[in-house]
This record gives sequence, C-alpha cells and structure tokens, in this order.
Amino acid sequence: MNATLPERQFSEKWHIKGILSGLLFVLIFIGSGYNTGATANFSWDQFWDLLIRMMHPDWTFVSAIITPIAETIQMALVGTLLGTIIAIPFSLLAARNIVKNTYLRGIIRFFLILVRALPDLLLAAVFVAIVGIGPMAGVGALTIFSFGMISKLFYEAIETIDDGPIEALTSVGANGIQKIVFAVIPQVMNQFLSYFLYTLEINVRASTVLGYLGAGGVGLYLDQTLSLFRYDRTAVVILAILVVVIIVDGVSNRLREALA
Amino acid sequence: MSSGVGTIKINDVSKIYPNGTVGLDHINLDIQSGEFVVIVGLSGAGKSTLLRAINRLHDVSAGEILLDGVDITKAKGKELRQQRRNIAMIFQNFNLVKRATVARNVLAGRVGYYSTFRSTFGLFSKEDKEKAAANLERVNMLDKYYTRADELSGGQQQRVAIARSMMQSPNVVLADEPIASLDPKTTKMVMDDLQHLNDMGMTVVVNLHSVELAMAYATRIVGLRDGQLVYDKPIAEVSADDFDGIYAETRDKE
Ligand SMILES: Nc1ncnc2c1ncn2[C@@H]1O[C@H](COP(=O)(O)OP(=O)(O)OP(=O)(O)O)[C@@H](O)[C@H]1O
Ligand SMILES: [Mg+2]
Repeated sequence: MNATLPERQFSEKWHIKGILSGLLFVLIFIGSGYNTGATANFSWDQFWDLLIRMMHPDWTFVSAIITPIAETIQMALVGTLLGTIIAIPFSLLAARNIVKNTYLRGIIRFFLILVRALPDLLLAAVFVAIVGIGPMAGVGALTIFSFGMISKLFYEAIETIDDGPIEALTSVGANGIQKIVFAVIPQVMNQFLSYFLYTLEINVRASTVLGYLGAGGVGLYLDQTLSLFRYDRTAVVILAILVVVIIVDGVSNRLREALA
Repeated sequence: MSSGVGTIKINDVSKIYPNGTVGLDHINLDIQSGEFVVIVGLSGAGKSTLLRAINRLHDVSAGEILLDGVDITKAKGKELRQQRRNIAMIFQNFNLVKRATVARNVLAGRVGYYSTFRSTFGLFSKEDKEKAAANLERVNMLDKYYTRADELSGGQQQRVAIARSMMQSPNVVLADEPIASLDPKTTKMVMDDLQHLNDMGMTVVVNLHSVELAMAYATRIVGLRDGQLVYDKPIAEVSADDFDGIYAETRDKE
C-alpha cells in the first residue's frame, strides 16, 4: 500500500492555464472598452438633467398610452399564438422519436437553426420594410421569433417522453397522426402550455421596443417623447411598460407553477 | 372453443439486429386457433424478439409470419395497420398514457377502427364507449373510469391495459412478461384475465419466466435458447424435468 501520487506537470503546478486565461480575459475587456470608446462621450450633466426631468412624470399622458399599451400586448399574444401553431408540426418533424428519417430531421433542424439566428429587432426591421409601419409588422416579427424559439423547446420536450405508449398505439393499429394525438400530445401538453406562456412573457418585453422601429405598440411613443425631449412623458411610458411586464410575468409564473 | 381465426404460422424466421446480435435463428412455429402458448427461456433467449416480430413492432431479417394465412412481414400502410388491429399486445410496463384518464386509455385501443379525423376529435361511437365500460367491468376496473392512469397501482394499470387491448376485438393476444412487476395476488388476477380471453376463443401467446405459471395456464409450452426453438410440447406431455434442458443449469436463478 505505498501508492505514490504522480508528479504534477509544470502547467498543473502553477495553475498556468487559469492565470493565462484570466489575463487574456482582462486584456480583451480593457481592449474592447478602449476600442468602443465606452466612456468617451458620457456627460454627467446631461444624465442628471434627464433624470431630474423624469422624476416629474406627466401623469396626464397616461390616458394617451393606454391604447398603444393594449396594442403591444395584443401583438405579443397574436404573434406568440401564430408562432406556436406553426411550431407544432415542425417540432414533431424535428423530434428524434417521431421522425426516424435522419435526413428529413436534419433539414428541419437546420431550417430551425436559421430561423433562430434572426434577432427579433432585425425581424421587425424587415417586416416594417415589407408590410409597412404598424402593428402588422410587429405581429409578423414576433410570429417568426416565437416560431424559432418554441419549435426548439417543443421538440426537446417531445424527445423526453416515454416511448411505451407510442409503441402501444402502434400495436393497436393506429396511424401516425393517431399516435401523436393519443400518445404524444397528452404527455407534452403541460410542458407546451408552460413554454407558450414563457415565450409570451419574452414577447411582451420584446414588443415594447419593437415600436421603436415602427412595428406598432407603445415603443413608438418611447421614440417620439425622447426625440421631443419630453422626458416627463418618457418616464410615463417606461413606467407603463414596467407595470405591464411585471403583471405579465407574475400571471405567467403563477400559471406555469400550476401546470408543473 | 376456437373460432378458427387467430392462427399464427412462423416459417423459418430469423432476426439479426443491426449490431449483429442474432435475436432469432430459423424459427418454425405453427400456432392453432385458441391455443394458450407460453414461451419460456433464459433472459436474452429471444422471447421478446419473437413476440415483437409477430405484430411487426420490428422487422425480421428472413422468413415469413402468416396470420390467418396473410404474411405480416410484407404488409404495408393501411393493410399492416388492419392486421395489427387483430393482434393485441400487453406489455411488461403497461404502456398506458400516464397523464390521460383510464377511459381515454381504453378508447385508444379502438382507434384502428376510426378515421384520423373522428379519432382526433374523440368522436367515439356510443357502442364503443359502452364497449369500453364493459371491458373495464370485465377486469373489475369500471369504478376507475375517470381516474388518471398514474394514480393506479401497477396491477391496476395492467388490467386497464388488458381492457384497452380488448377494444381491438383481437383474434390473437400477445403478452410479453405481463406479470413481471406484479405481486402474487395481482399476478393471478392478470393471468386469469388472460385465461378468460383464451376461453372466449382468442389465441394467447405469453412470455413467462415462471415455470409454475407456465404449467398452470399453458396448453402448450415452447422453449427458446439463444434464438433457437429448442422445445415445443403440448402441456400433457410436459414434465417438470424438461425445463432443466431449456434453462440449463441456471434454473434456480429465475
Ligand atoms: N434493440 C436491440 N438491439 C440489439 N440487440 C438486441 C436488441 N434487443 C434485443 N437484443 C438482443 O437480442 C437477444 C434476444 O433478446 P430478447 O429481448 O428477445 O430476449 P428475451 O428472451 O426477451 O429476454 P428477457 O427474458 O430478458 O426479456 C439478446 O441477446 C439481446 O441482447
Ligand atoms: Mg424480453
């Protein structure tokens, strides 16, 4: 029982790798700050001015933004719903335990990766160019964005189900769609609803800024009040967005807990 | 007792898994309508492989399997689904949809008789709903009609699975170690359920690890070893010593 510990390598002895990567990180950090001029044009005077004016919100503006706030929520709802509906068939086609054909699955997954590579703001800009300024552009952007995100969440959920019931349905002579309806959907329904709510949460947040690009909703007012230097009104818009996001998050969290 | 349907003729069937394992090695077996066949053999002998070939849950590498004269190994699409409809299968781990009610699980056994549209929207006929209730009654589970399957014990789940398979109105019932995870009392109930189906005229083929149960229920015992059929006798000719040959020296392990 005279086991000897192996000699440490030089690199292991002094944690060379750790120190080197630490140094590299610090260098990149400083370099990036320097190159982007992160601190260059910051004016404390302007900052205080803006803050003080925002401290005195123009409450009369509240009534003016109720409609755009509602529009924002509607955009998020419709976009998430449409995205989910499109995502369901795609997620089934991308799931390993549903589609055994590797090529078909590969093509679908590649397509989904492409869709997910598009950021929501870029999508909004593209849709504004296609359908023009207004909530339709927002709905379009959010539909595509939700579609990409939900398909991935859904097919990963589908891949974790118990295959036993699918086999049982095969053995009773069910066809593909019947297997999905009777053996797959009941197993993933709750997860689907939970992911739907989660995406809705994200979309409500995203849709508040989409208006900035002309894609409808309250974001437009953010843009307008800022460019008119009406920071007292900007404050109201920001507060309204905050309230909506907090409420939607809270409701969605409650519902998702109930589903778990 | 026998209705003439529910015959299984296995002609020179071999199955080699993609990884090269020989699952079945030139099996020949002729099962008549109304038989209660118990397949015995060591773990890995190929019992599940054989059963799953009969309703084509997987393909065989060679040979043919005739169900009432029709070769299932070559059937496709709708034709295959209609053949499967006549063959019920009962699994070791029940394979119920845990989050669905007992009623929905049982009705799922009938979907082979429905169009995609009607089954998707749950438009089951009144007769079939009554049939579901009757089949649950038969296995003493009617009071659990609206219960979620995950709230049932293993034995109760297996009885629901039997009710589901009855919805197929099958001629053949395959059961792969249906009692492996059950206690002695529920084991007897489940085996009696299978016996009952056999009395109603269905051909029953069961994989079992228990010699006692095989002797008590079978009309014929088939032994597999290393994918080969090494034993096949009607129950009247079976003697307890025969199992030594099938199980070799590891019999006490079962
Ligand atoms: N999917 C598979 N891929 C590769 N080999 C397999 C597969 N399934 C089974 N086998 C092999 O085929 C042989 C027969 O397996 P099978 O499951 O039919 O045995 P069994 O008699 O049912 O055993 P048990 O009593 O343990 O259920 C075994 O050697 C097993 O390892
Ligand atoms: Mg087995």
